Amino acid sequence: MRAPILKVEALSVQFRIDVAERSFRHEYRRLRAVDRVSFELGAGETLGVVGESGCGKSTLARAILGLVRPSAGRVIWLGENLVGMSEEQLRSKRRELQMVFQDPFGSLDPRMTVGQIVGEPLRNFYPSMSSLQVRERVAGMLKLVGLSPEQINRYPHEFSGGQCQRIGIARALVVNPRLVVCDEPVSALDVSVQAQIVNLLKDLQKKLQLSLIFIAHDLSVVRHVSDRVLVMYLGRVMEVADREAIYDRPAHPYTRALIESVPIPDPVAERARARRSLGGELPSASDPPSGCVFRTRCPWAIEACAATEPPLETLDDGRQVACLRRAEIKAGAPRALGEKS
Amino acid sequence: MALLEVRDLTVSFDTPDGVVHAVNGLSFDLDPGQTLGIVGESGSGKTQTAMAMMGLLSENGRATGSVKFRGQQLLGLSLGEMSRIRGSKISMIFQDPISSLNPYLSIGEQLIEVLTHHRNLKRREARTRATEMLLQVGISEPEQRMRQFSHQLSGGMCQRIMIAMGLLCQPDLLIADEPTTALDVTVQSQINSLMGELSEQSSTAILLITHDLGVVAGLCDKVLVMYAGEVMEMAPVDELFADPAHPYTLGLLNSVPRLDREHSGILRAIRGNPPDLVDLPPGCPFRDRCDFAFEACIEHPPLEAIGEERYKRCFLERRPVTEDHN
Amino acid sequence: MSSEPTAVPADAFEQAMDRRPVKGRSLYVDAWQRLKRNRAAVAGTGMLVFIVVLVSIGPLFNPWDHEIPDWDYYSTPPSLATGHLMGTDALGRDLFERVMVGGRISLLVGLVATLVSLVIGVAYGATAGYLGGRVDNWMMRAVDAIYALPFMFFVILLMVVFGRNILLIFVAIGAVNWLDMARIVRGQTLSLKNKDFIEAARVSGATERQIILRHIIPNLLGVVAVYVSLTIPQVILVESFLSFLGLGVQEPLTSWGALVNEGAQELETAPWSLIFPALFLAATLFAFNFLGDGLRDALDPKDR
Repeated sequence: MRAPILKVEALSVQFRIDVAERSFRHEYRRLRAVDRVSFELGAGETLGVVGESGCGKSTLARAILGLVRPSAGRVIWLGENLVGMSEEQLRSKRRELQMVFQDPFGSLDPRMTVGQIVGEPLRNFYPSMSSLQVRERVAGMLKLVGLSPEQINRYPHEFSGGQCQRIGIARALVVNPRLVVCDEPVSALDVSVQAQIVNLLKDLQKKLQLSLIFIAHDLSVVRHVSDRVLVMYLGRVMEVADREAIYDRPAHPYTRALIESVPIPDPVAERARARRSLGGELPSASDPPSGCVFRTRCPWAIEACAATEPPLETLDDGRQVACLRRAEIKAGAPRALGEKS
Repeated sequence: MALLEVRDLTVSFDTPDGVVHAVNGLSFDLDPGQTLGIVGESGSGKTQTAMAMMGLLSENGRATGSVKFRGQQLLGLSLGEMSRIRGSKISMIFQDPISSLNPYLSIGEQLIEVLTHHRNLKRREARTRATEMLLQVGISEPEQRMRQFSHQLSGGMCQRIMIAMGLLCQPDLLIADEPTTALDVTVQSQINSLMGELSEQSSTAILLITHDLGVVAGLCDKVLVMYAGEVMEMAPVDELFADPAHPYTLGLLNSVPRLDREHSGILRAIRGNPPDLVDLPPGCPFRDRCDFAFEACIEHPPLEAIGEERYKRCFLERRPVTEDHN
Repeated sequence: MSSEPTAVPADAFEQAMDRRPVKGRSLYVDAWQRLKRNRAAVAGTGMLVFIVVLVSIGPLFNPWDHEIPDWDYYSTPPSLATGHLMGTDALGRDLFERVMVGGRISLLVGLVATLVSLVIGVAYGATAGYLGGRVDNWMMRAVDAIYALPFMFFVILLMVVFGRNILLIFVAIGAVNWLDMARIVRGQTLSLKNKDFIEAARVSGATERQIILRHIIPNLLGVVAVYVSLTIPQVILVESFLSFLGLGVQEPLTSWGALVNEGAQELETAPWSLIFPALFLAATLFAFNFLGDGLRDALDPKDR
């Protein structure tokens, strides 16, 4: 891989949860929303981040952008560590690091016109730009994302969900960032519109040479978009690998369970699948299981899994897996959830 | 006689912005024990169909046409009669399981209430039955769960409880409106398997409303594809996926990324935006998004039968086939 | 790393805008349409306009003065013959004139005191809501503490110390009413703060000050407008109550409240001197409340 533009090292984000209120003091519990996550991202690359609710992927996105303060670790962006920077310093970095949000309507200020919304980053980062220049660039940006520029004075509620998401993308790209974090950008959209937006993102990535971090819970969409995939569970990284490797030969039991759970739009194939679902429930994030957090649902779990937390180790083929038994669970062996050794 | 016979169901809403035509002349049959999937996106009218059938339309909604359940007309039933049917003959589960449960009552209370109300059981017997039902839907330690409240439980657990509640009176029909959309994918898989098993074991018919084609493929016998309030295509599930007759169905199948296909560069997206239900254009509602539209499409296509339990609403004579681009 | 964005060609504007931009339909326009459809609100607004016009220019057409009595007629009922459209009070002063002048004062109190509470309340509430945490906690506990103080006691104290000054009344009322406004604004700010578009504004490089001014305050206007239209009648009532207690405006200035006070004392001999001011007061309060409710419904996003 070319020199990475983003290096995340052992990033952790901790929250205090109010558990009880005794007289005037509060009792707190610590919740590790993100626990020692590390990965690298190269220029022009797309990293997909998947996981289910509570896995910390959204918090990870916000921690990278400095919207949430990490409790430990480093975020090295173009050689500089963003963690610990003041709000002012971070602000200047935001020109290069942008974000697309999940809720197409909620992420746009309902009282502002589309032109004002897309123009806001320009006004913030380039205060010397004249209004005409700003309008020019906004109009051009709208065209680039597939909207007609005459809509520049319209308000968000006059558009559909897919169109609003395009506006959000235009806003993120108007300052020419190098990295765009997409937090579930298509989850709130209709199925037929999701494909439009996914295609748009891929297209723009190529045109503008962007690096993307694509966060989603939909594995099929992530597969379509990503070069590499990072799988998270309860704040920790379970596996990181190239797209082909993850989907064809998942190594971590959780990755295998995720892939097994996705229904395929083919009734014949669905019937033929001996699908056994992953049992159990997500443990509480404020009181995670000891050792490997996945062990309470893992069909391969053994005693050792409760004692030690498996480190994220790099295998020969470049992928990283956090599982004590990865050597025994042959990557690529016929998928069999529920098979105990 | 079919268990459920819907003929020409039309649902509209009076809103300050105009009349919204949510459902336009929907007709279909459902046999006992069958699972029918209604597939559609937002604005397709799939949820309002179910709401109209169950008498749950909001105040400004109007339903016309005919919905016959075991020969009895459901539209226009009095509140009292409808509430006798709801929960005992026809049950419904919704998208967000946690908010479907009353946060102030324990799970046990809510389950028992169904049985004491509909089956006139004594509390003790109702409790036993409810506990058994929880076991059947795969909830371990059911006695403990009965004492808990909805906010203490996960989404998956709550949805299982909703299913249990729905099946307590052994209804003939279970309507499930996007039952797994709000759940994690591993939990979705659990719930879908559960519904599949239950449907096999009992003779409950299921009306499954969803936008997820994968779920449909796994659970349904028959599928109905809706767009802008109308049926675009209806077919047995195997035929629908293998040989779609309507461009919208084909478009949906092509635009969804799938794990079983080779990773290719481009998703064939359906262009355009979902329909505006206040201002529907004349002719075929899918016309301006359709890659196969031609002159005839400015007329409104009727629903025509093209085989055994197979219908399409499209003027195209041949099957729509994806052009292969390089 | 370039300092100027270059990905989009400079003449994109000309290429892109071959047609004139379409005018957007802002949320306010939508709300206005909905408000127009609300008959009670429209009626209320009409009533308010009528009253405001009447109290403003009515006295121009009335030959009588509000403090100089008409020596020929004491406590006479309304009649066209005497020229006293609403009759006279015990001192022979024309009631119509007094009701108009009183109306000016009442409405002015309503407006000014509300303005005072608006400015203080919005600033305080938005700051507390946006900053959150301990600051918010302490700020709102302060509000709770002030809330607990007996209002009357406070006003009487002010009157005793500073004398009965009309400006003082404005300030006193406004100084108490801002508490409600602050709470409302703080609540609204809290819910706005968590919206995605606020986060998006941070990502777009906006400073906290810019976020509050550009995003939070404009989105508060709806709620504030509703609250203002409901606060004005409250304030007018408070002033009326003060006048009823004898703490309100000093003679010869009068307000509807003061007139009601006087009229109540003459109920048996000259009921019209109570009825007219009371009618105007009630009509104004109703009108403001209809308008306020109408605004609230019109701005409620649930209706769309």
